[in-house]
Amino acid sequence: MAWTRKDLLTMRDLDAAEITLLVDSAASLEEIASREIKKVPALRGKTIVNLFYENSTRTRTSFEIAGKWLSADVINFSASGSSAAKGESFLDTAKNIEAMSPDVVVVRHSSSGASEILARAMRCSIVNAGDGCHEHPTQALLDLLTIRERKGHLEGLQVAIVGDIAHSRVARSNIHAMRKLGMTVTVAGPPTLIPPFVGELGVKVSHRLEDAIRDVDVIMMLRLQQERMTGGLIPSLREYSRYWGLTLDKLAAHARPDVLIMHPGPVNRGVELSPEVADGPYSVILDQVAKGVAVRMAVLVLLAGSKAAQA
Amino acid sequence: MSPSPPARPREKAQVLDEAAFDRALTRIAHEILEKNDGAKELAFVGLRTRGVDIARRLAEKIVRIDGSTVPVGTLDITLYRDDLDLRGTPVIRGTEIPFSIKGKTVVLVDDVLFTGRTVRAALDALIDLGRPRSIQLATLIDRGHRELPIRPDYVGKNLPTSRKESVAVRMKEHDGEDRVVIVEEEG
Repeated sequence: MAWTRKDLLTMRDLDAAEITLLVDSAASLEEIASREIKKVPALRGKTIVNLFYENSTRTRTSFEIAGKWLSADVINFSASGSSAAKGESFLDTAKNIEAMSPDVVVVRHSSSGASEILARAMRCSIVNAGDGCHEHPTQALLDLLTIRERKGHLEGLQVAIVGDIAHSRVARSNIHAMRKLGMTVTVAGPPTLIPPFVGELGVKVSHRLEDAIRDVDVIMMLRLQQERMTGGLIPSLREYSRYWGLTLDKLAAHARPDVLIMHPGPVNRGVELSPEVADGPYSVILDQVAKGVAVRMAVLVLLAGSKAAQA
Repeated sequence: MSPSPPARPREKAQVLDEAAFDRALTRIAHEILEKNDGAKELAFVGLRTRGVDIARRLAEKIVRIDGSTVPVGTLDITLYRDDLDLRGTPVIRGTEIPFSIKGKTVVLVDDVLFTGRTVRAALDALIDLGRPRSIQLATLIDRGHRELPIRPDYVGKNLPTSRKESVAVRMKEHDGEDRVVIVEEEG
């Protein structure tokens, strides 16, 4: 299996073999986290720029650690405190960064499609670390790795993705990837938070949490993305939490005893997840974060270390 | 002329048959025990893929000769290569060394020793995992053409080759037979 892409922009573009290559490579790299000396020389002399136009702790830190464990030089560029705050355009900033010869630019932006614009404009490899409501491919990869390690396989598993589907790039990336790998996906949420096109993605839709979580292997709870909402989509947080918040009672009454509870973070405790569930035995939320570093190492090695990707 | 199909390796000569293969490993096992005065504090680390199989065979032989169990680990040196971006897609299969190499005498095991670059990378990879007391090198075939100052401590067979040839070590674990052959790219 050869990696031939310059960029990692979406899960929609990838085929099952490419997704599996990334997940397999990440699984092999996990061991580095348990070493006394967490550093391998694979990307020595390569430069990685984290270009973040949106707030992020987990993803930016995760890419930074991944790059550093691979011996790359990692530079963080955040929009606040930079020339973007002085009015420089997105593409001008990109051109200026390109002039400093990076090998990989990791970009997060609030606009869907921002990473694709960069990929066309820049010669170096681009990794999409989340673009608006569009995609977040490395999150889907780390979710797949987490599920595969817990369940032993992916094909045939049933997954419920619950909550604010409309604003979720995590949901989109996961739906594309999971469908390609032969998993069954149900999306569930109030009708205002389910996008109209969702039927085209080959998923089932449910408007009742209790129905959606029955018999599934994995429940992926999403954060209510109030910063992206223009208002009027839910009556109140309290009502949302009452109908769509996952509690131990609901789990015990409707879900399988071996179900995995996932969440891409940050968790709104008491809204979509009760603290007992977030910290409980079903939860693999911190496992997801740990796997995130391995997944990002795999992505960086394949993009910056492949002959094809450098052409 | 019509475009030629991709070059297929052609078997040119047999270097070791099954019996000779086994004798070579038996001799190496004895030499390892002799040089290290037994198997105490010894560990084998095989280089993926066939080096790991050879390391396991050596460990089995040492159990039979001496009764001692030598731990066997697996080293993947992809992340340590000096030619990572010249080789297409890096294939990362992972390092599995489920024991501490600190203070151990580690015998690094590979199937074919050629330029020495793989061993150079393996030395770096090993030392990143801890500080062994010493590292020794065992190889089934030494085919020459070294590009670095590296020499093996244990050799199954010295085999002068041309650079155009390549040496294929076939093992029951992967190929259904124990045999070493010289192959030449056709075309």
